[in-house]
Amino acid sequence: MVAKTTIVRFTTACLFVCCFLFSEANLFAQREAVPTDEAIIKTGAGLFEEYACNTCHNVVGKKVGPALAGVYDRRELEWIYSWVKNSTLLIESGDAQAVGLYNEYNKLQMAAYDLSNDQILSIMAYVRNVEENPVVAAVDSAAGSDGAVAQVDGVPAQYLNIMVGVLVFVLVVIMIVLGLIISVLRKIAQDKGDLSDDDEAVINEKFSLSSFLRSPVVIGIITFLVIALAGKNVIDGLYTIGVQQGYAPEQPIAFSHKLHAGQYEIACQYCHTGVEIGKSANIPSVNICMNCHNFLKTDSPEIQKLYAAQESGQPIEWVRIHNLPDLAYFNHSQHVQVGEIECQTCHGEIQEMEVVAQHAPLTMGWCIDCHRNTDINSKGNGYYDKIVELHNKSSKTPLKVADIGGLECAKCHY
Amino acid sequence: MKENQKTYWKGIEQLTNDSEFVKKNESEFPEYLPVTDQEGNSNRRDFLKLMGFGIAAVSLAACETPIRKAIPYLNKPVDVDPSVPNYYASTYVNGGDAVSIVVKTREGRPIKIEGNKYSTIGQGGTNAQVEASVLSLYDKERLAGPTKDGADADWETVDKEIAAQLNDITAKGGQIRIVSQSVLSPTTKRAVGEFASKFPTAQHVTYDAASAYGISEAHRRSFGEAMVPSYDFSKAHTIVSIGADFLGTWISPIQFSKQYSKTRKINEHHREMSRHFHFESNLSLTGSNADYRTPIKPSQAGPLVAAIYNGIAAKAGQAKVSGGASVEHASQAINELWATRGKSLVVSGSNDPMVQVLINGINSMLGNYGATIDANAPVHYRQGNDQAMSNLVKEMNGGAISAVIFFNCNPIYDSAEGVALSAAVSKVGLTISTSDRLDETASVVKYVAPDHHYLEQWNDAELREGHYSLLQPTISPIFKTRQAPESFLKWAGQDVEYYTYLQNNWRENFFGKQSDTSTFQTFWDKALYDGVFETGGSNRDLSFDAAAANAAATSIAQNYKVSGGGFELSLYQKIGLGDGSQANNPWLQEMSDPITKATWDNYLTMSIADANEMGITLKEGETQLVDLTVGGTTVKVPTLVQPGQANGTLGMAVGYGRTKAGRVADGLGVNAYPMMTKLNGASFMDVFAGVSVTATGESYRIAQTQTHQTYMGRENVIQESTLQEYKKDASAGRWHPKVYQEGKYLKPSKITLWKGHEYSNHHWAMSIDMNSCTGCSACTVACQAENNVPVVGKEEVLNRREMAWIRIDRYYSAANPAGSKKELEDAAENPEVTFQPMMCQHCNNAPCETVCPVAATTHSSEGLNQMTYNRCIGTRYCANNCPYKVRRFNWFKYHDNTQFDMNSSMNNDLGKMVLNPDVTVRARGVMEKCTMCVQRIQSGKLAAKREDRRPVDGEINVACASACPSDAITFGDLNDENSRISQLLQIEKKEDGEGATERVVNEERAYHVLEEINVNPNVWYMTKIRNKQKTEA
Repeated sequence: MVAKTTIVRFTTACLFVCCFLFSEANLFAQREAVPTDEAIIKTGAGLFEEYACNTCHNVVGKKVGPALAGVYDRRELEWIYSWVKNSTLLIESGDAQAVGLYNEYNKLQMAAYDLSNDQILSIMAYVRNVEENPVVAAVDSAAGSDGAVAQVDGVPAQYLNIMVGVLVFVLVVIMIVLGLIISVLRKIAQDKGDLSDDDEAVINEKFSLSSFLRSPVVIGIITFLVIALAGKNVIDGLYTIGVQQGYAPEQPIAFSHKLHAGQYEIACQYCHTGVEIGKSANIPSVNICMNCHNFLKTDSPEIQKLYAAQESGQPIEWVRIHNLPDLAYFNHSQHVQVGEIECQTCHGEIQEMEVVAQHAPLTMGWCIDCHRNTDINSKGNGYYDKIVELHNKSSKTPLKVADIGGLECAKCHY
Repeated sequence: MKENQKTYWKGIEQLTNDSEFVKKNESEFPEYLPVTDQEGNSNRRDFLKLMGFGIAAVSLAACETPIRKAIPYLNKPVDVDPSVPNYYASTYVNGGDAVSIVVKTREGRPIKIEGNKYSTIGQGGTNAQVEASVLSLYDKERLAGPTKDGADADWETVDKEIAAQLNDITAKGGQIRIVSQSVLSPTTKRAVGEFASKFPTAQHVTYDAASAYGISEAHRRSFGEAMVPSYDFSKAHTIVSIGADFLGTWISPIQFSKQYSKTRKINEHHREMSRHFHFESNLSLTGSNADYRTPIKPSQAGPLVAAIYNGIAAKAGQAKVSGGASVEHASQAINELWATRGKSLVVSGSNDPMVQVLINGINSMLGNYGATIDANAPVHYRQGNDQAMSNLVKEMNGGAISAVIFFNCNPIYDSAEGVALSAAVSKVGLTISTSDRLDETASVVKYVAPDHHYLEQWNDAELREGHYSLLQPTISPIFKTRQAPESFLKWAGQDVEYYTYLQNNWRENFFGKQSDTSTFQTFWDKALYDGVFETGGSNRDLSFDAAAANAAATSIAQNYKVSGGGFELSLYQKIGLGDGSQANNPWLQEMSDPITKATWDNYLTMSIADANEMGITLKEGETQLVDLTVGGTTVKVPTLVQPGQANGTLGMAVGYGRTKAGRVADGLGVNAYPMMTKLNGASFMDVFAGVSVTATGESYRIAQTQTHQTYMGRENVIQESTLQEYKKDASAGRWHPKVYQEGKYLKPSKITLWKGHEYSNHHWAMSIDMNSCTGCSACTVACQAENNVPVVGKEEVLNRREMAWIRIDRYYSAANPAGSKKELEDAAENPEVTFQPMMCQHCNNAPCETVCPVAATTHSSEGLNQMTYNRCIGTRYCANNCPYKVRRFNWFKYHDNTQFDMNSSMNNDLGKMVLNPDVTVRARGVMEKCTMCVQRIQSGKLAAKREDRRPVDGEINVACASACPSDAITFGDLNDENSRISQLLQIEKKEDGEGATERVVNEERAYHVLEEINVNPNVWYMTKIRNKQKTEA
């Protein structure tokens, strides 16, 4: 009996192990089927970018959809192909894996993509490459530069505090010593007794605060200070007229950039479609929201507002936060696409903002400062080749925006 | 120093050296400026009070930040990205005028019209009317929907009632007529055809406000087929025009300007140009461009044509015709025509078929058919049959017509039958109009079923045989209008969307005519993208019927009799307003006429001699009203003394005197259409007899922009020569100023306080060929549309406050150096004319920049003179210091101001849709001027940067240059060696670090206006070269 059980158990175990081994072999075969050829990886990277896969997927870690790393271990290649091409069809066919996935991710459907098998494979090649060669170098160099910055800065803050403390202590000691000296001297003089009237008056003089305050010099100084301070405040105040830095109005829909751009890392361009092609970055139209919210969080009262808008045909009236005067022309594509300025440079840490607030003052001085200090992003841009060449002949500093007319009136005012 | 000895004057005042004029001319702005109406009683305390209040108000206002909304699309259309313009190929169609265009739209609304370069007809050119038509789209006085008896109705009711009545009429055998101007659309014609097959008594009657019936009838008589052939001026070495204003208003002026300008371009490799003889009564745009112009009376035109016929016949060994009376330059013209036969062209603007028969004969004898005239590809712009129109009015009056549909036309206003027609309309049971507004005709009909504006519709147009151009909507219909052919189909019982109907027609009739594409969708997409589709004309075998010529000559001898004492009247169309259909367009109303420089009016032009005799003077627009009697009807009109007007003749423009066009146009000028006569069945623009003028003594002011910007006696602004001289020396006519310093004469540029500029990136510059510029003023309207230039109205033009950034300076000159006043007056009988487009010259040493106290006008690193409105405080020092007087000041707030209602592009929500969102609407109290379309430069540069490349020459173009139908304006980057402008000016390659002021221009015709003051502009002008013998003094 015991032997029989043992045999059965052993056999089962063997079978299990075999299955495991086989399946393992099978899985590795899948992974190995994903090419590691440089060119294919590059194509895949291009497609990954072009089709904005990162809107919903990370290579490592969940996003709107599952992580892509190891997908070739988890699923058959053929399955992946049909899923990418048309996931709806696969779900409707009742495929267990597909249905499971669909339910796991809040019944959010992946759009159908018109990609060939080779293209999908190249995307996986890219994913595999990223998975197997995590970008360590970049992190290293970032850490290195941080260290360098700390060294260059020199005196650390705590030393500074100690030094200031010592200085203050020394001053106090000097004052006490001086006070002591005065009182000792006065005592000596009084003890001596043979002083002239004038000298006696000086020695016996009592310090009177009120007469000090009434002295014309003090009144003069105080008046001047008050006027100067008030004047400065008024002028500073006038400068802030129309400046809405920190302006964070309540919006008709409590949209959170922290959630979308921060947590889900949805690329800014996904919603702000105009940012690389035109003057306006574009507030997304409802149909862009609906790409996801057709399925996601459909019960939320905030999302319901989107449906209401769709139904009524009334567009959503967002409160405009960044207001430039009509007389100033600003073009997003010049800065984002040509200059490759990060959105955060002007809009602040938008991915941290639950409610968007105006980060920059958006004053002309602010624009000009940036134009003075920013190097032209001329690398690889044929437009700038000759200008850079010409500039380098006569100057050692890199070409700034100001050097090619970035401070001229008619660059923004016309 | 003064090599050019001609004397130039800009107007009669300057010619007569009127003392008042001279005094007023000292200042740019006249002294009678009524800026404040109230008495100037304010004192210092009031000022302080106001200022105190002002500061308080400003700070209070500043506390509250207004909430601004950002409203995105609900569902963003795929092709529309806010702030990114889209361009659609379409076709401008207005009556019989049509040209292929490209429409610039922003956020789904058209804002600017450009020419379509793919069109072999328009070749990318436009004119003032085409440019302005985008504003007509946003005319709030268009009908918002169908009307019945003048009251608003809905389509359902209107359709039902009309269909019922039409069926009823057909059942009873009543006659139905559709009246229209020339219809160019083959698909619309098909719809009209289907309408006529449903209602068999329906007939289509076509007329044209500017009729060319004479030409088509003459071709019927002399060749057997009624048609208006294609003309090709570009192949003509000798051009003779008898009253045909082919550069301005005759048949297809944009096309002709393109062709003509090709014969006027000269450079060191090509030193030949066409010679142009012109015979006319009024000084027209074309006449002013002619090499030899002879003023004739209208009644001399017929005999002159006969004389030319006989002259050519004698040389060709053909039979002469009877009659004929020659005029000055006619025999020379005959000789040169014969010498260049096969490369010559004779045209006449006359609508008398008999005159045109002789013209056909002349061109036949010269062998011009098949060379400069293509009868195998007739044009469709003018299909009107004046005879049929007269018959229709007679039938209507006789009660023989039961229903009439006025299809996009206004014949009560603009046909020769207008008066008779307005009486006849009441005798027709069912009257329908498809006009866009309740105009003179639509207001007397029962139903108005308004058609879409051409920018709102799908359609096609066959400009000439085998040359098709598509219309596509660039905006969804603003009002509840419906495409007229769709209405016709609807009434005929066919419920079809016109777009589908159009596509079907193209699939059935045009798809098969090509072999490039195999699927209809590809074919359609390509045609739509290109805007044009050509199959070519069809061969015809024509032979001239000499018998027709004899009959014509007999008729001419009878009809053309020079009357003794009385005046003869010649009606004409103005370049701006044309036939008056776009009269409610303020851009056209304020466009100053290229010749008279008058705005907002029509008037009676009169020769100086006749004016002197009548005691009429023209001083600063101050003139007299006269009673003009034509055929028994008297109207009161102002007179305008016009150099070059033939003695004993009067000229008057049609297109004015509208009563129901809208608030801008109504009441301006006098309607001259009723003065039209009939000759040999054709509507005739000339009146030979029965014209009399009596002075009333009442004074009147015509708003002219003419003498506003004088050059204070610095007369070498225009530099010109003759072809003969030019062939010997390319710098003929050039004036090289020298400045005296320490015993030496130096070039002005050698003595300078300026440090100069170095342009390392771009160096924008412009060149204007005065030899090609015809003065047509398309550029001025294009600039107005592109740059949001306001319209200021007649009063303000009188105050010399018009805002145009680019103006056309028109100078008269005498062929021979004139000394005495008498000689000048003789010369003024028939002066030479030169046009000079004048705008900010973007001086490298700019006098305006140095005097601005707030640095609101500064110089850019790309050679532009920048104007910063938000910095300007309105001292006007810059305008005062500008030698070219091209800076314009905003005396008033022209936007959102009921006092400037006529400035409709800025004063109502609909009109504002035409504004260019990339250009600021300027506030009161700031200076403005040409920016060289800096917004286009910036966006062109950005497009290049985004594609990692340098801008391609031609990709960035200014609005004026892009509109120009004669390619007179060239814009580009001097730092780009291969740019057209560098080539044209033959700029020497720039060394690194070389200043802009040291650029060497090797083209000898190029000069700077006012070179002697060394402001070193970035705009060059090319000398005017006339192809005429230099007459010795």
